[in-house]
Amino acid sequence: MNFSEVFKLSSLLCKFSPDGKYLASCVQYRLVVRDVNTLQILQLYTCLDQIQHIEWSADSLFILCALYKRGLVQVWSLEQPEWHCRIDEGSAGLVASCWSPDGRHILNTTEFHLRITVWSLCTKSVSYIKYPKACQQGMTFTRDGHYMALAERRDCKDYVSIFVCSDWQLLRHFDTDTQDLAGIEWAPNGCVLAVWDTCLEYKVLLYSLDGRPLSAYSAYEWSLGIKSVAWSPSSQFLAVGSYDGKSHPFLPSALSRRDEIASVPVALQTLKPVADRANPKIGIGALAFSPDNYFLATRNDNIPNAVWIWDIQKLRLFVVLEQLSPVRSFQWDPQRPRLAICTGGSKVYLWSPAGCVSVQVPGEGDFQVLSLCWHLNGDSLALLSKDHFCLCFLETEEGSVQPPDSWATTGRTCA
Amino acid sequence: MGDWMTVTDPESKNISQYTSETKMSPSSLYSQQVLCSSIPLSKNVHSFFSAFCTEQNIEQSISYLDQELTTFGFPSLYEESKGKETKRELNIVAVLNCMNELLVLQRKNLLAQENVETQNLKLGSDMDHLQSCYAKLKEQLETSRREMIGLQERDRQLQCKNRNLHQLLKNEKDEVQKLQNIIASRATQYNHDMKRKEREYNKLKERLHQLVMNKKDKKIAMEVLNYVGRADGKRGSWRTGKTEASFFLRNEDEMYKILLNDYEYRQKQILMENAELKKVLQQMKKEMISLLSPQKQKPRERADDSTGTVLSDVDEDAGELSRESMWDLSCETVREQLTNSIRKQWRILKSHVEKLDNQVSKVHLEGFNDEDVISRQDHEQETEKLELEIQQCKEMIKTQQQLLQQQLATTCDDDTTSLLRDCYLLEEKERLKEEWSLFKEQKKNFEKERRNFTEAAIRLGLERKAFEEERASWLKQQFLNMTTFDHQNSENVKLFSAFSGSSEQDNLTVHSRPRQKKPHSVSSGSPVCTSTLTKSLPASPCTSDFCPTRSCVSEHSSISVLNITPEETKPNQVGRECTNQKWSMASRPGSREGCYSGCSLTYTNSHLEKDDLP
Repeated sequence: MNFSEVFKLSSLLCKFSPDGKYLASCVQYRLVVRDVNTLQILQLYTCLDQIQHIEWSADSLFILCALYKRGLVQVWSLEQPEWHCRIDEGSAGLVASCWSPDGRHILNTTEFHLRITVWSLCTKSVSYIKYPKACQQGMTFTRDGHYMALAERRDCKDYVSIFVCSDWQLLRHFDTDTQDLAGIEWAPNGCVLAVWDTCLEYKVLLYSLDGRPLSAYSAYEWSLGIKSVAWSPSSQFLAVGSYDGKSHPFLPSALSRRDEIASVPVALQTLKPVADRANPKIGIGALAFSPDNYFLATRNDNIPNAVWIWDIQKLRLFVVLEQLSPVRSFQWDPQRPRLAICTGGSKVYLWSPAGCVSVQVPGEGDFQVLSLCWHLNGDSLALLSKDHFCLCFLETEEGSVQPPDSWATTGRTCA
Repeated sequence: MGDWMTVTDPESKNISQYTSETKMSPSSLYSQQVLCSSIPLSKNVHSFFSAFCTEQNIEQSISYLDQELTTFGFPSLYEESKGKETKRELNIVAVLNCMNELLVLQRKNLLAQENVETQNLKLGSDMDHLQSCYAKLKEQLETSRREMIGLQERDRQLQCKNRNLHQLLKNEKDEVQKLQNIIASRATQYNHDMKRKEREYNKLKERLHQLVMNKKDKKIAMEVLNYVGRADGKRGSWRTGKTEASFFLRNEDEMYKILLNDYEYRQKQILMENAELKKVLQQMKKEMISLLSPQKQKPRERADDSTGTVLSDVDEDAGELSRESMWDLSCETVREQLTNSIRKQWRILKSHVEKLDNQVSKVHLEGFNDEDVISRQDHEQETEKLELEIQQCKEMIKTQQQLLQQQLATTCDDDTTSLLRDCYLLEEKERLKEEWSLFKEQKKNFEKERRNFTEAAIRLGLERKAFEEERASWLKQQFLNMTTFDHQNSENVKLFSAFSGSSEQDNLTVHSRPRQKKPHSVSSGSPVCTSTLTKSLPASPCTSDFCPTRSCVSEHSSISVLNITPEETKPNQVGRECTNQKWSMASRPGSREGCYSGCSLTYTNSHLEKDDLP
């Protein structure tokens, strides 16, 4: 396992391009784009203020930098460094910005969720979508990029609007049977929309693309409800991570393709949560399916040191990884059933069904890994600390990856 | 005195005596006092007497005593006087007697007194005891009374407490009810307020929106160096009222297409899953049938009544199976049939395995000798049968030879017939020669086979033993993991190949034999192998499935055997195989001896037909 040299970083903003060729990172108001293989700087863009959010367009041609404080979005082209685009939301303010799946439109959410502005990079057209709901996850695109589902709130009722992304036409508009909708998420096949209610109500609803309700699931009443939701890559399972009032057992519930519910209640040893605070540290705070559908990794917030890996085929616990300190983040290798975990320490942990590895990140001083993200092909891993980041190259099956010459001098090897 | 007597009657006599005395005696008071304290009596009595009688009053004393004594019934102290005037004389004897009597009385009294005293003591002690008991009981009573009072008090207190608690509970309940009402009202109020707030918020948002948007905010803008092309390369189209509708329809179409695709994909998956499951079911069934059918023959001889139906079921199922696989129907009836037959097979298999278990345990108890003996018997029977067959074959050959010679003789004699048959004869001769050599070879083969068989039969006995055990254990194992069909399949093949492995290097006819032996050796009463082969083939599709080449070989060999022993084969049995149909027709007349012309004709016929055969 090899490590690159350490680069500067701010706000944990470091992202691989969707095509896996580039790596964008932010240092204050500068955006740096590097080649993934050589790590040489390809482009350097300077924004007007501190960058708070970056996002690659789906075709890896553009990068969006959001400067929320200034209500600004700056877009840069990788092919034409002189090309620039600046979108100013003015007095309406800006709280969120993202690309549409075609990479030619930018959706900006204004302050107070007044509206969503759709800016086109192709034409001068600007569209507005009113009444977006301010919630945990109010906007979701299908994986193929054809449709966008948006949670809305009108007359104290929740609605979902489905838009066609190609021309931003409203395709369907239907009300959902929720008290206070908290989030929506498309199934990876793009045909089923999962809608979940606020944490006060345990409710998951499934809607078809054409707005028909398919099924509803509620595990129990009178207790804190859903905290996190994740679809399996096969669209076969929906994992629902829930708060639990009693805080010891949790229910990773799976709604199968035919809407059969299989639940595995498991009692676990827990920490005593602080009950008199809002947003208590209980329940399943993080959920992730492995790319091969075989495993589900979860973290229970009242047992922050452990990552639970479930065997989805058998719907039972496969392994529990207990770390020395609270797990900050974990992510599956996009290619293999391999999970990378970081705990805010100077080590990165890898788990695969074959076993565990913990690797010390080399370097002078402590490199506290706060977050990590995998490269598309699963061969490298970006490790992010508060002010720095480095790449970790994993040995492939054929043999160890030879570090490129450019950083051979600085590249360090770790057993 | 009479009063006293009545009162003191239960008391001792003595006392009454003394009391009567006191009346008369001058010192009555004193004596009474003294007498009451009865113990220190003697001395006082003396002193008393000394005081009673003095020198001066002897006469008086005597008379007094006499008086007293006479009143008590004693004889007078004086002598009986003759005359009244004469002074009475003191009768010493009487005095002494009186004294003695008094003493005796005194002693008695003392004794009685003693008794009374002891009794008194006893009674006194009893009294004491009883008194103490009484006191104790009284104390106990007192304490229990006190206790009772205490308990009553506690009870009262508890009741009081209970009442209080009830009251409290009621209060709490009321409180809870009240609070619930409050919560409910609050909740409704909250919801109402929330809605109101949300409406206000929405209004504000609207207003803000208008304000922000209407101000024509110069800042809301996009600066772009130049517009970029669309990712799909198309140009953006302007929307008009007309195109809007068509756009919408197109989008709708697309959406339904996507949904349809998804459903189709899912249906395909489900179909695939179904097919897979069906395949598994059929495979399971097939394997069950194959597992069950060889065993069927064993129980057949043992108990015909029960297994007859089962066997027919198996045959039927085999038929069904082929039909199903042909049509691959998915309709309800077929599914039901399949599941039903599987269920049936499963039951049979289960009972069979149980039986096998029993057998295995029995075998373990009995040991190995039994089986060996049986196999030897089988083997002897087999060899006998084979010898018989050979004998029959020889006879057949002989008769055929005779017939041929006859025919030859007749052809030599009769020119017309020879002319008629000339065209056939040469060919016929050659044919016969060929057949003859074939027969010879067959005979040799038979001899060889018999030798092989004797070896094989012995081996067979041992092998079958091992096989039975192996199968029993394997079956059990198979039940434990029914899911691994492929594994099982391969195992099955291995088993069969192992079984016929000994004869692998032998020629074809020999090759087929040991394999047939398996069902055959089990059924000792069945006819010759050739016939059982054709019979067992449809009943055990697994054998033909697992080693199709071998079954083919055995079929050929059976055909060649048929040539020699046509009378052995039953026409209707052979008729099961369509390829053998013609042969049976040809061989049937051949079995009739002496039918000369018909025989020769059939031979030629058979020849011609055989040429047609592949």
